[in-house]
Amino acid sequence: MNTPTNETGKWTSRLKQNTLRLGYWTAAWVVSMALAAFGPTFIWQSDTLPNLLAILVNLGFGIGWIIANKHNLRGLDEMQQKIQLEATALSLSVGVVAGLSYELLEDAHLIGFQPEISHLVLLMSLSYAFGLFTGNRRYR
Amino acid sequence: MKNRLKILRAERDWTQAQLAEALEVSRQTVNAIETGKFDPSLPLAFKVARVFELSIEEIFQD
Repeated sequence: MNTPTNETGKWTSRLKQNTLRLGYWTAAWVVSMALAAFGPTFIWQSDTLPNLLAILVNLGFGIGWIIANKHNLRGLDEMQQKIQLEATALSLSVGVVAGLSYELLEDAHLIGFQPEISHLVLLMSLSYAFGLFTGNRRYR
Repeated sequence: MKNRLKILRAERDWTQAQLAEALEVSRQTVNAIETGKFDPSLPLAFKVARVFELSIEEIFQD
């Protein structure tokens, strides 16, 4: 059988490498975030220097994650990029609209608890996952 | 936009995975183009034409 390419697997393996790299940066960022969040309580008892170092390390891994994410997105094909774009747009829109409404509810004393950034991150993650799911379903 | 991708691929006995690799896209994208769910950009349409050694008009129709 005459195959259409002599570089079989090259694009796919590059995509896998990008995804793996993104996975490593994500893991490093999450672990450093946990360290910065729980370290002061369980490890170094609120010393300023370890706190600052943990936050700087977390920031560094965060920047690495952003670069890896950008690299990964550029490596996707145009349909995958479209799915990612739509999911990201949904997540951002939901985050801004719901985040501001949430803040207004708190300002008007209509909710009895303090809004947390983690609630917004969770909502944005869920809407992003929903966007990816519907996008992939549409083009299946 | 209609296209003859599936027919042309079958004529050459290529799998979706082989065509996807040649076009540097995912197999899901080849499938979406074949079923008309996704319209490729002009650069990708040119790439498809190059792989099949045909003109764009011979593959894609309005």
